[in-house]
Amino acid sequence: MSTENRWELNKALAQMLKGGVIMDVTTPEQAKIAEDAGACAVMALERIPADIRAAGGVSRMSDPKMIKGIQEAVSIPVMAKCRIGHFAEAQILEAIEIDYIDESEVLSPADDVYHIDKTAFQVPFVCGAKDLGEALRRISEGASMIRTKGEPGTGDVVQAVRHMRIMNSEISRLVSLRKDQLFQAAKELMVSYELVKYVHENGKLPVVNFAAGGVATPADAALMMQLGAEGVFVGSGIFKSGNPSKRANAIVKAVANYKDAKLIAELSEDLGEAMVGINEQEIELLMAERGK
Amino acid sequence: MRIGVLAVQGAFVEHERILTKLGAECVQLRKNSDLRQEFDGLVLPGGESTVQGKLLKELSMFEELREKIVQGLPVLATCAGLILLAETLEHSSECWFRTLPVTIRRNAYGRQLGSFSAQGRILGLPDQERLFPLEFIRAPYIAAIGKRLNNDKVQPIAQIAKMPDGSEGQNIVGVRYQNQIGLAFHPELTKDYRCHQLFLSLC
Repeated sequence: MSTENRWELNKALAQMLKGGVIMDVTTPEQAKIAEDAGACAVMALERIPADIRAAGGVSRMSDPKMIKGIQEAVSIPVMAKCRIGHFAEAQILEAIEIDYIDESEVLSPADDVYHIDKTAFQVPFVCGAKDLGEALRRISEGASMIRTKGEPGTGDVVQAVRHMRIMNSEISRLVSLRKDQLFQAAKELMVSYELVKYVHENGKLPVVNFAAGGVATPADAALMMQLGAEGVFVGSGIFKSGNPSKRANAIVKAVANYKDAKLIAELSEDLGEAMVGINEQEIELLMAERGK
Repeated sequence: MRIGVLAVQGAFVEHERILTKLGAECVQLRKNSDLRQEFDGLVLPGGESTVQGKLLKELSMFEELREKIVQGLPVLATCAGLILLAETLEHSSECWFRTLPVTIRRNAYGRQLGSFSAQGRILGLPDQERLFPLEFIRAPYIAAIGKRLNNDKVQPIAQIAKMPDGSEGQNIVGVRYQNQIGLAFHPELTKDYRCHQLFLSLC
């Protein structure tokens, strides 16, 4: 099958995930809880970002056996993370037929210069981006879905908000340019003219764009959706909270009705303890700075 | 003409875009109070059926929508939507509307690596001999079609030669039954609007 056709099919899967919540899970039991709570996909990983952050050290792709256990437990798509630039980890994930690979800054980068050539794969990739240039560079490498980087494992939504706002304003700027200014814009963004032209004409990325990093409450999810996210990743926010099942379900419903403040007020009641969280100023390791 | 589009999760915007271009007005159905609006047809979009089915019930839309479908409201259901309509699901006790007498196998072609595109003729479309682009994304498979007591048969309207196990054979990928059109593929992802035209002609 041609690369172009494969990319279209992979982009389409991301379209089917829109309006949904993708949840980090570390065991088949958690995956089942997530599916029952209404997750549209799960991200299988050994440790959730908050624990990766706490543990320090090198963080790698998860054990394929653990991922397979999760694949067997649920009928929804299963995603998994590989390190930035670690195409061998990506090959392993493709070999076990993962539905989506997240080339993720949450893990320790394996290559500090090059990202994976994602066009060499049949399986789809989602990548993090904190601005339009990063997003378009990942797309030109073959990513078929984008998410904000945010700052994973912090329970602090401020950086996801910042990244989404930067993306939106840069898109608006491209739309407002004259056609003869697009060549220079492509140079500045370090991406191809064709991608810049697409954004100029369509006012959006050519692939789906989700929010990720620091989403911990139904209100956080609604905020990101109102800022233009097409769906939400929730990492540590669910299984680091007091009542994962209830919180997960509340976030799912908040995303489906993100403009209905009355409903979200009800959903936000009695959710138990939210994840503790770390403020931006207290963070020692900025994962969002990995992979530009 | 007004079309209600189930908008709790999935690719509903894609349907709306096409329907709007064809001159219909769309209303998004996200919660029970949205059902108070009048609409002449219903779209059940692609997405994750487990999520949509769950939210239909928990956001109190399920019973009313089911009643409307039973009463004859025209429905266009794609992929996850087809699963929501199905009477029976293989390997699952959970079903949703059960208004379309077919048996469905979910994720029949495997994981995302098994997603594929094809082309086929669809019966009843305008210019029906012209092939229609068929996109299958972790698609369901119509394993069997049944009939109801009133002898109104489920009519296969689209078939492809690829079976889930890779063998040759005629695999039904689209059906029509009374007011319901159920498709295993995604016309909302193509630039060919004929499936939506067919649907609007029923509304």
